[in-house]
Amino acid sequence: MTSWLLLATADAVTGAASGAPEGGLFDLDATLPLMAVQVVLLTFILNALFFRPVGRAVEEREGFISTSRADAKQKLAQVQRLEADLADQLREARQEAQRLIVEAEQETDKLYREALATAQAESIAVREKARREIEAEKEQAMASLKADADRLGALIVDRLLAAQ
Amino acid sequence: MVPLPLALPFAELEVGQQFYWHLGNLHLHGQVFLSSWVVIGALLALVVVGTRKMERDPRGVQNLLEFLWAYIRDLAREQIGEKAYRDWLPFIGTLFLFIFVCNWGGALIPWKLIELPNGELGAPTADINTTVAMALLVSLSYFYAGLSRKGLRYFEYYVEPTPIMLPFKIIEDFTKPLSLSFRLFGNILADELVVGVLAFLVPVIVPLPAMFLGLFTSAIQALIFATLAANYIGEAVHEEHH
Repeated sequence: MTSWLLLATADAVTGAASGAPEGGLFDLDATLPLMAVQVVLLTFILNALFFRPVGRAVEEREGFISTSRADAKQKLAQVQRLEADLADQLREARQEAQRLIVEAEQETDKLYREALATAQAESIAVREKARREIEAEKEQAMASLKADADRLGALIVDRLLAAQ
Repeated sequence: MVPLPLALPFAELEVGQQFYWHLGNLHLHGQVFLSSWVVIGALLALVVVGTRKMERDPRGVQNLLEFLWAYIRDLAREQIGEKAYRDWLPFIGTLFLFIFVCNWGGALIPWKLIELPNGELGAPTADINTTVAMALLVSLSYFYAGLSRKGLRYFEYYVEPTPIMLPFKIIEDFTKPLSLSFRLFGNILADELVVGVLAFLVPVIVPLPAMFLGLFTSAIQALIFATLAANYIGEAVHEEHH
């Protein structure tokens, strides 16, 4: 391999020494400026065909993603607000229902008590009336009994007195 | 060139042989232009196919191109800085892509099947003209970047942080293109030579690891060239905070 490389170098060196364009590794010539022009042209072509369109596409997508993200964030906030609202309303409704239940219970309780009181009063009145009637009848009975007893007593007295 | 017992149809190696084109009294290395046109054609074909129908949900080649774009953008942004990288992204990207396809094209395309009267086809970056051309373009661009951004204040860079740095910074302006061009040229040429020599000695299996290593170095060299170019431009546009 070494000999081969030496040969190659020797070849190049002798080639370079014999005038005209005969090559060699470090053979700088008009290839250089033309290649530079070619690279500059390629830069402009690639800028037009590759860097600008792809850059635009990527940046548009980034813009799209960030706006959709902002949108989604906004919507999420809205949803959270609505959710809180709903929870509030639900709580209020629950309290209202609770209040109505309590009220209704109190109402029925009151009605029950009232009804009970009336019923009791009525029953007391009825009993009182009955008692008074009984009393009156009793008195009447007693009176007539007494009258009877008096009459009988007078009769007995009359008969006894008459017999003597 | 080398005495061979049997004339093998492959694995012949020529170093420093050029396929000359004559343009007036100028001499061109025809094989360099031919192979560079092939790889540029392949690159442009890929780009055209990938950007023909851009969609918001990327599919197929567009994915690859967007990955490349993002990769190059990150490289340029990291080296040049947030403020100026947009102006230089196409240049850095073109350097990277061109060197990359040249290197890989030189290693992957079976050039030896095409016979030239003199010289042989191979990676365009294995020719010193190509690498020097690109290195000089990098030098021009960082001067242009510095001067256009900071005007004559650009030359303050030579005396910062102390005026003692002046000669070193001036020498640097010469060593930068020199090292850029010779690093790329040397690596790619050496890779081609190693593969060529191994293929010449043992035509089966044995050159494969060297070929894989070559692909690896090729990619790394493209990355190094582009990164350094971006770094030089970044140094030139960098604003010192006093």
